[in-house]
Parts: sequence; C-alpha cells; structure tokens
Amino acid sequence: MSEQQTLKDHFREARIFRNRLFVIALFMIVLLSILVVRFYSLQVVHYNDYVTQSERNRVHVRPLAPTRGLIYDRNGILLADNRASYTLSIVKERVGNLDETLQVLSELVEFDEGDVEKFHSRLKQRRRPFEAVPLRYQLTPEEIARVAVNEYRLEGVEVDAQLVRHYPMADLYAHTVGYVGRINERELRSFSEEEYKRYSGTYTIGKIGLERQYEDLLLGKVGFENVETNARGRVLRVLEQTPPEPGENLHLYFDSQVQRAGLEALNGRRGAIVAIEIETGGILAMVSSPSYDPNLFVTGISHSDYNRLTGSRDLPLFNRAIQGEYPPGSTIKPMVALGGLYHRVVDPNVAIYDPGFYQLDNEERKYRDWKKGGHGRVDMNSAIRESCDTYYYDLAYRSGIDRLHEFGSQFGLGDYTGIDLPSERKGIWPSRTWKRQNRGLPWFPGDTLNVGIGQGDVLATPLQLAEMTATLANRGKRIQPRIAQNVDPVVADSADSKMLLDVADGHWNYIFNAMSEVMHHPRGTAYRVGRDMSFKMAGKSGTAQVVGIAQDEEYDSDALSERNRDHALFVGFAPLNNPKIAVAVIVENGEGGSSEAAPVVRKVVETYLAIEEEKARQQISSDKNPTEKQQELPGVNG
Amino acid sequence: MSTADFLRRLPGSSWDVQRQDTFWSRIHIDLPLLVLLLALTGFGLVVLYSAGGADIHYIKRQAVFFAVGYCVMFTIAQFNLSFLERWCWLLYVAGVGLLAAVLVVGVGAKGAQRWLDLGGFRFQPSEILKLAMPLTISMYLSRRMLPPRFKHIFFTLVLVIIPSVLILKQPDLGTSLLIAMSGLIVLFLSGLPWRYIISALGLVLASAWPAWHFVLHDYQRTRILTLLNPEADKLGAGWNIIQSKTAIGSGGITGKGWLNGTQSQLDFLPESHTDFIIAVLAEEFGLEGVLCLLGLYILVLTRGVMIAATSQKTFGRLLAGSITFTLFVYIFVNIGMVSGLLPVVGVPLPFVSYGGTSLLTLMMGFGLLMAVATQRRKEP
Repeated sequence: MSEQQTLKDHFREARIFRNRLFVIALFMIVLLSILVVRFYSLQVVHYNDYVTQSERNRVHVRPLAPTRGLIYDRNGILLADNRASYTLSIVKERVGNLDETLQVLSELVEFDEGDVEKFHSRLKQRRRPFEAVPLRYQLTPEEIARVAVNEYRLEGVEVDAQLVRHYPMADLYAHTVGYVGRINERELRSFSEEEYKRYSGTYTIGKIGLERQYEDLLLGKVGFENVETNARGRVLRVLEQTPPEPGENLHLYFDSQVQRAGLEALNGRRGAIVAIEIETGGILAMVSSPSYDPNLFVTGISHSDYNRLTGSRDLPLFNRAIQGEYPPGSTIKPMVALGGLYHRVVDPNVAIYDPGFYQLDNEERKYRDWKKGGHGRVDMNSAIRESCDTYYYDLAYRSGIDRLHEFGSQFGLGDYTGIDLPSERKGIWPSRTWKRQNRGLPWFPGDTLNVGIGQGDVLATPLQLAEMTATLANRGKRIQPRIAQNVDPVVADSADSKMLLDVADGHWNYIFNAMSEVMHHPRGTAYRVGRDMSFKMAGKSGTAQVVGIAQDEEYDSDALSERNRDHALFVGFAPLNNPKIAVAVIVENGEGGSSEAAPVVRKVVETYLAIEEEKARQQISSDKNPTEKQQELPGVNG
Repeated sequence: MSTADFLRRLPGSSWDVQRQDTFWSRIHIDLPLLVLLLALTGFGLVVLYSAGGADIHYIKRQAVFFAVGYCVMFTIAQFNLSFLERWCWLLYVAGVGLLAAVLVVGVGAKGAQRWLDLGGFRFQPSEILKLAMPLTISMYLSRRMLPPRFKHIFFTLVLVIIPSVLILKQPDLGTSLLIAMSGLIVLFLSGLPWRYIISALGLVLASAWPAWHFVLHDYQRTRILTLLNPEADKLGAGWNIIQSKTAIGSGGITGKGWLNGTQSQLDFLPESHTDFIIAVLAEEFGLEGVLCLLGLYILVLTRGVMIAATSQKTFGRLLAGSITFTLFVYIFVNIGMVSGLLPVVGVPLPFVSYGGTSLLTLMMGFGLLMAVATQRRKEP
C-alpha cells in the first residue's frame, strides 16, 4: 500500500478532482434551476388554476333541509309533527372497515339484527356520494355521550339531530294523513334536475295520503350554506348561508273527536266511514278499518312488520273509504226515488202491490224482494222506509237506464269526487255505453232493475256514497269534498257550477220525510237505532250481496262463511231540517245495514252535533262577553 | 501583543499558513457552515410550527433533535481524519452485518422490513451506511492510484452493491439508490474514466424495461405511474401529488401567510410536517419563501464544494464531495417529489422536515464535513 502511495501524483489527482467537482457543481446548478422553473410554473404561471382548486377543496356547498309543514285538524290538534331525534349515521366512504365499525358501535349503542339489516338495505339504495346512511334513530342522551367519547375510533360515524316525522294520532289517520318515508331508488331516479336539488337536504318524501298529495306545499324550500371543510369532510365553519324556508302547515276539516268516535264505533270491524260537513264540503271524518301505525314507515319499516301488514287478510293498508268499491245496495234508493219524481214517471202516492218479487213482462226470471212474501201495498214513502225492492224494480223500469244513469251521475256516482287524496277510485255507475265498452254486451231491461236497487254492476266508494248523501241533503247542490282547508280546490269547475238539479221543493221534502221515517217511524228499517235520538235524522240502510244468490236459493247467513256474508251499509244526514253533516258507513260482511252500520252513523252524527252545539253555546256566551271571544275561538286558520 | 504574535504576523512569515488556525478552526467548527445551518434550522422550525397545526409539541421535540444533532456534529468534527480513514471500514462491516440481520429478525411496517428492535429502541441500520458508504469508498479509493484502474473500480462496485442489495431486499428502493449513489459519486470524483460512465448509463437504459417488469414491486410501479398521471386516482395514489401541487400553486408569489395555508391547515396536504413540508412553505410563503430556502441550500452546497475543493488530502476531498452531493440529492429528490417532478419516495427535506433519525445522520455528515474543513492545513 505504501508503495502505491509513493507513486501517487497528488497534483494530477487534485486536478482531476477539481474537474469532476466542477462537473458536479454544474450538474447541481442545472437541476436546481429546473426546480426554480418548476416552482415558477406552479406558483406564477398556473397560479389561478391552483387557487381555484384549493378553494374547491376547502369550500363545500351543503344543503339545509327545510322543516316540513305541520298538519292540524280543524281544532288545531296536531296530526303530523316533526320531532327532534338524534340519529346515528355512517358515511360509508369514510369508514375503513364497516364490519369493524359496526362491531365497535354494538358495544356502545343498542341495535339489533333488524337495524343492521335495514341499514344494509338503505346502503344498497342509490344515494349521493358521502351521504350519511342512518343506522339508528332516537338515540338516548347516554348513547350520544358514549359515541362522542369513542369518536376517535369511529371514523365516518356521525350523530346528528334530525327532524323526524311523527304522527301523534298513530293509527287514527293512517290512511288519510298518510306518512312520509325514505326517498327510494325509483323516486330518486324519477326526479328532475330541479327536484333533485329541492330534495338535496331531505331524506324523506310523502308516500301516501295527504303527505303525498300536498308534498309540494309541505316540503318547503331547501336552503344552502357554504362551509369550510377539512380533508376528512369535517365542517369547520360556515362561510355563507341561505336559510331554508319551512313548508306550509296544513289545516284540515277533520275533527279528531268525530274521527275517533267513528273508529271506536267500528270497533275493529272491517269497514269505512266518511263524514262530510255539508256547508263546506269538508271531510269531518274518514275512517278505514282496520288501520295501522304510520310511524312504522317513517324511518323504514322492518320486514316482519311489513309482512304482517301486507299479509293480513283484513288489508289494513287499503284505504277502504276511497279505494274500496262496494255495491251500494239500497242506499241509493232515495236518489232513485227522487229521479222518479223529477222525471214524473210515478205518482208518489200511488201504491203498488208487492208479492215479494218482480217480473218483467216477457221474462221468466223473478226479481226478488229481500222480504219473503213481500211488503204488500207500498207507496214511495213506505218503499223508502221499509226498503222495498219490488217498488224500485218497477220504478227503475219506468225510468229507464238512460234517465237513471244521467240522474245518478249528477250525484257523483261513477266519477271521481276529486277529493284531495291520491289513488281515489271511481266505482261504476252503469250505462248502455259503459256496458257495451266494458262487457261487450247490449243493455238488457233486467240490468236496469238491478241498478234500481244498487246491485248488479253498480259499485261505489264510501266517499261517493257520502257525497251522494251530502248532495241530497244539500238539495241538489253538489259539494266538492275536501280535506285540507287552506288549499284552493284543484278542480277547475267549482262546486257552484255543479248546481244542477232543478227539483221541486216538494219532491225534496217528500224524500227527506221518507228518509227520516227510516229512523223515526216504527216501521222504519233503522227505527231501533233512531227511536231515542234527540234530533231528527234522515237515513237509508243498504245491504250488498257479496256472492250471487241463485234464482231458487235463499240467502242463509249461517251457511255462508263470514267473508261471504252481505256488506252492511248506511247513509244519513242530520239534522233533518237544516242538514249539517252527511255520513256514509260500510261494515264489511256486517249483514244488516240498519243493525250494524246505522249505529255507527248515529254515533258520528251525534258526536259532531254535540260539538257544534257546544260551539254555538260558547258563541252565544262570548257574544255576551266579547272580551273572551278571542280565547274561546281558537284560530283554525292560524 | 506578544513578540511571538508579532513575528507570526510579519509579511512573508508563516501567517498565510497560520491564519486558519483561529479559535473556530481549533475547535473544528467551520463558521460559515454553522451560521448557514443555524439559519436553515431556524427557518425549518418556523415552517414546522405551521405544518404541525400550530402545535408547540412538534417544535419542542424538533428543537431537542436539533440540539442533539449539533452536539453530535461537534463531536464528529473533533475526530482526526486519519483516524476515521483508518477505522471506517469497521463501520461499514458492522452496517452490512446489521442489514443482513434486519432481513432475518427485522421489524416491519407497511410491507417493508427496515428496523431492528433493540429493546424498545427502533433502529434503521441503513442509516449507518449513509455515512459508512462515502467514508469507506473514499478511504478505499484515496489509497489507490487515481484515476482508478479497472480492478479497483470493480472492487468499489462490489462494496457499493452489497449493502444496496441488502437494503433493496427490505424492500426500500429509495434508500438503496441514495446509498449506492453516495458511493458511486466518490468513484466519479476520483476520476472514473468517461467511457465507463457512458457505457454504464447505456446499460442502465437498456435494462430499464426488464427492471420495470421483473424487479420493481407493485407499489413502486404505482408510485411511478401515479407520478406520470396523478389525475387517474384522485382519492388514492394520486392524492398526495395533487394536493401538494395545489398547495404549492395556490401559494403564488407571496403566499397565503404564515398559518393561513388552507391546504396545510385543513389537512388536505398529507405528511405536511414530514416529507411534504416544502408544500406548506410554498403555500404560506409563496415563491419568495421557496427561493429563500433554495438560496440557503445553495449557500450550504457552495460551502461544501469549497471545502471539498480546498481540502489537501484525497480522502477529505472525496468525502466532502460525496457528503455535499448527497445533501444536494436529498434536497432535489424531496423538492422534485413534492412538486410532482419525481416519484413519491420517502425522502425528508434536510433540516426542515420533522424527524430525529434522518436529522442525526445528516448532522453526522456535517460533522465529517467540518472535520475535513478544519483539518486541511494539518496534512503534509
């Protein structure tokens, strides 16, 4: 080694080294210049691009959900409100391991398999990126605290206060007020650009009933805020805000006392009630029984609950009042009789003889009366009172289907009432045209007879029957049934323009009297219900066949299974001289219109009139004492 | 003034030689370098305060690292160069041994096995090689006839390749390349003939294709692909580059102001207090701040080049050159990486990034540099 060192040429080595060092220095200068150019390019040339990008990073637009409008009955009782609820949600995009997070959460917050299952199904639905998916609603303060303490190991888990729709009346208004539910995939897909924006802060939408009908009004207007967020999406401060506008409140014509009385009077039987306030056309009560608790649907119904509701033979989800189409039976007889008077095809005082059946001149077939052996001599009055079918076979035959159809149509049969609820059905009020189009057959005289007693092809919803009765009580002035008070009618031609019938007063009085005898005459079909009433009421019972009875058979209640028994119907209005309320009731398979349905009508009418009386009394006392007026008349429209 | 002093200062006397023998050179400190380092570390702390989310915690710890680092630097600077030249091979042998041990009993993280666990104290043997490599290669070549002959070149390459391959096996491509480079640069400075250099470069280019397909790991390929097209995977692999470029670009000429960088303060910028700290600087202090920092680095590098150029001993020259160039490579790779010119490799920004281990190695290197600087007149 030392030998080599002696041979070393130090000057040459130093020269070589300096040359190489010079190359290196040059190399460094070049590369450093590249860096300077690079920073110049980023910070000066492309400055604007990157400033924009950093702003976009930092500032996010966040929608602010509007508060959904509340729903009140006519006395200001809440039917639908919004409750603050703390919801535990997960933003999947921020969660590393979902199963692990759920595992950690299960130690802190109570939730069961069902919640997890619902959570996963919500997760599968189409949603906006970074949208929080709820796992559990209604956290207790203790649970909120536990989650907060463990926040550090729960990335992507959020607890936020949300307003959740609540229906304090539970099953009382399930079919009419309806419910809201989580926006589903189909709805999201059907949204227009504008709607997508409107719902950007909202997770629920009206699914059925008024919640759906008045969705636009109730929803309100979405607000927005610009927030500064960090890279994990946590909001640090609000930069700018456009507050949301709450939805409009709905005030309904419903009277919860009347509604409650009706539901209780039905006492769990399958059936429906519709009560109309004649003066306004407002629906006082609309019951479909059995009912269900709409609150189940708001946050997503569990499979077991849903199967229970859809699997039930009693069809609790079905709104019988507007969707149930039943043969109206004898309940249309007063209307048919009025038509006979109007068209002057009969003299009301001329009696016919009823042997218990009716026969057309050239037909073998016997059209039976419900009463075996017949009613004997009957005029129009007793035919209504005692519901004689034979009289109406004759009357219908004399009127003919064309006049009958035209007259009945003016009471709203066979057409939508235009009520402010979705999914209404219109029943069938047959005509020659209808039969040709739908059955492909010509009209037979026998068809006319069946229409005369509300059987055959005739179908009507309880709402239609209530409207018919109200129109009758209103002496032919059609009213437009409505549920919400503060909303302009959707139908263009108003109730007044439908004022149609130029029936003589005497004819009205005649029919009213006959209907009152149904209740109050000892031979009236509903005398047992009407005899001890404190006011006069007009009514008409009806019994509708569920299965056809052959010519030579007789109806035998015991032989028929419960579900094949006749439906019991009753329509009525009161008070007789100054009608205020019209009611239609159906009790499915109840058999006797007068025995089963009439008491329900009476209960509803009595409840309503008692309230009216009470109001009138207060009105008088406050008129005497004007200072109290304000307190005693709660502003229904307020 | 004593007579002796007077005589010493007479023109034509030994003053020219003696003037280096000042207080600073006696305690083996190169004053300009020290001043520059203090300025750099001070600047680094200011940026770190902001990058760490205005948390004094990082500053305290980093200040402790600096204090320890300066002590180590002063200590290393006291070593006699001849002593280092004589015994540095031991460091090399120990380093290679530990690297082999890492592969057998090392502790892993993120799919790589880089640490030795010495009873709770984690230690990366590749750090040893960062010093041992330039020392050993400088020692080996300074004792040969220069420019080196083929046999010596070959042996040098063997010395370079052994630890590099061991580190590559961990796997840690970045460190492996940096360490190999610190050895090869000595070879270059010692006068490696150009024809070898050119043929080696040709060979590297020719082997690039097979290397891409058969040698590189998936994550290494991802890094390179991400660099070429960071937009492809915005939330994944491309996130770091996009965010750091956004931070740098949005800083503009003057910056958003200290502690006001939205990219850094709102956590959009990853690793903002370690590898990506220059992006914080660029966002908050703008191009002006970046040029300040680069200016300081250039002064340090210049000083390093001067020390190398004026050293009288081959060993010192080669060592100083290698250390200076290695520092430059760290600076360039880090800044190039953060600004999107180079793939993302885990290289900290010298004196500014938070972290103790790399700082310690760096300070040791500067200790060596100071030893070279202050002992140049003592050799024959």
